[in-house]
Amino acid sequence: MATKSLRDISLDGLWNNNPALVQLLGLCPLLAVTGSVVNALGLGLATMMVLVGSNFSVSLIRNHVPDAVRLPAFVMIIASFVTVAELVMQAFTYELYEVLGIFIPLIVTNCVILGRADSFACKNPIIPSVVDGFMMALGFTVILVLLGAMREVLGQGVIFSNMQLLFGADAAHWKIELVKDYPDFLFAILPPGAFMAMGILIALKNVIDDKLKQRAQAQQAPVEVGSRRVRVTGKIS
Amino acid sequence: MGLLTLSSPHTHGPNSTSKVMAIVALATVPGLIAMTALFGWGTLINVVLACAVALASEAAILLLRKRPVSFFLKDNSALLTGVLLGLALPPFAPFWVTAVATSFAIVFSKQLYGGMGNNPFNPAMVGYALVLVSFPVQMTTAWALSTQMTGAPAMGFADTLSVIFAGNAHLADAFSGATPLDAYKHLIAKSTSDDVLAQATFNGWLNGGWEWVNIAFLVGGVLLILRRIITWHIPVAMLSALTLCSLMFGWDEDMYTPLSLHLLSGATMLGAFFIATDPVTASTTPLGKLIYGAGIGILLFVIRTWGAYPDAVAFAVLLMNFAAPFIDAYTQPRTYGHSKARRGLPEKK
Repeated sequence: MATKSLRDISLDGLWNNNPALVQLLGLCPLLAVTGSVVNALGLGLATMMVLVGSNFSVSLIRNHVPDAVRLPAFVMIIASFVTVAELVMQAFTYELYEVLGIFIPLIVTNCVILGRADSFACKNPIIPSVVDGFMMALGFTVILVLLGAMREVLGQGVIFSNMQLLFGADAAHWKIELVKDYPDFLFAILPPGAFMAMGILIALKNVIDDKLKQRAQAQQAPVEVGSRRVRVTGKIS
Repeated sequence: MGLLTLSSPHTHGPNSTSKVMAIVALATVPGLIAMTALFGWGTLINVVLACAVALASEAAILLLRKRPVSFFLKDNSALLTGVLLGLALPPFAPFWVTAVATSFAIVFSKQLYGGMGNNPFNPAMVGYALVLVSFPVQMTTAWALSTQMTGAPAMGFADTLSVIFAGNAHLADAFSGATPLDAYKHLIAKSTSDDVLAQATFNGWLNGGWEWVNIAFLVGGVLLILRRIITWHIPVAMLSALTLCSLMFGWDEDMYTPLSLHLLSGATMLGAFFIATDPVTASTTPLGKLIYGAGIGILLFVIRTWGAYPDAVAFAVLLMNFAAPFIDAYTQPRTYGHSKARRGLPEKK
């Protein structure tokens, strides 16, 4: 398998093959915990830690694990990293750990992680694997945070509330109240709102991709100066 | 002298979409008048506001989709969605509730699916369900009391405007309260039917004015059937199913809402004749219409009786909208030239 350049790996993770927008993997935590920016960021960072760690370890042992037992082996590695992430969160951000609850241990079942281990890390050397893990997780986290921000603004009329859960007591005043006396918009806070926000983000990505494609096509076929238009008499200057 | 021999079909006075929608909207006028006369200016203001928002959001999305704006605005379907939502929402609902419901109905429930004729769910009811789920406080406290309930004239026009647009909800305190369906459902748990019906909410002939509103919508609906805009199947099936359920399971007035209230309170008649009969989202075959209407009637009774919400037209209609394509597939009539009707889902290729 031809090795991809680190640039391509990064672009894939962030945009072309974004785990949330294109692969639509890990939707359960994506939709369940993105009620606010801080929840989304917390889960994103935990996922990132697990994904980088598991891609690194899977790549290390890639030549020593027989194909038949590779999946159990990968799951063991992932589960170990999830436990580490869980303990780290318990130690440093206990309240956020309480808020995210079951979704921290459920990172084990996040398809993004097993997917990257099986489709990338077990076939590639360590450095590309780590970069892939980091970029995929970054792409996932960015979407999580965007969703969290959309739903926090629409649902409660505020943004960056409760940031102290992640960044210490100083972050308590980061909260920005965008609208005074905002009536809670329950639809955005409940899971259906997450589906809708997700749909809007996917649609936006498709629009941007279409525009990029059109621009690329326009650039690929440059018009020669002096050539004639079909059935038009004027010359292109 | 032109002796033209015209072959069939001999159509006359074609019904355009625009005309049909306009007639349906006009047929709600008796109900609108009854609402305004009994409950004050709120409903009229809501209808005007909802229509304006509906047309504006339809135009905005059509521009985004690069479709001809005036052509689609003239089909009156957005206008009708606005009218129905304005009638369905509580009279004292703040302006932003109406605006959110209407724009969501048009943008998400109609245009995202491809616009007029492509939406699987009734846009007005999607908008209504959205605000009902999202803003429970505003949607339960903004119902107006009728002049029969309070025994005083309805709230003035300027005050109503102030309640809806300026957020002066306290002005409406003396004029708002629970709807009869809501009141009966909650009071019957701790008292007898006679005691409940002695409440001011049930003043007048039946339930403080809601019966006149429902009768007005019934009149409008019958006019629609006579003009052959809708067929009798859906309303008759829905009202009979509701009646039957109420007689079978809810006959004890000291425990359940009585039949008279089921039929002549809340949004029953508006739902039966104007909402359930939406040609896009309802079932289309004669037998299918009967099943579809009966389903709405049963769900309406079930949710009203055992559910958390006092009225349930929106949820019942939306749930049956889900089932409409399936019902249609299994109720196709026999077509001329075939010995048997072709029923069932199309085979996968």
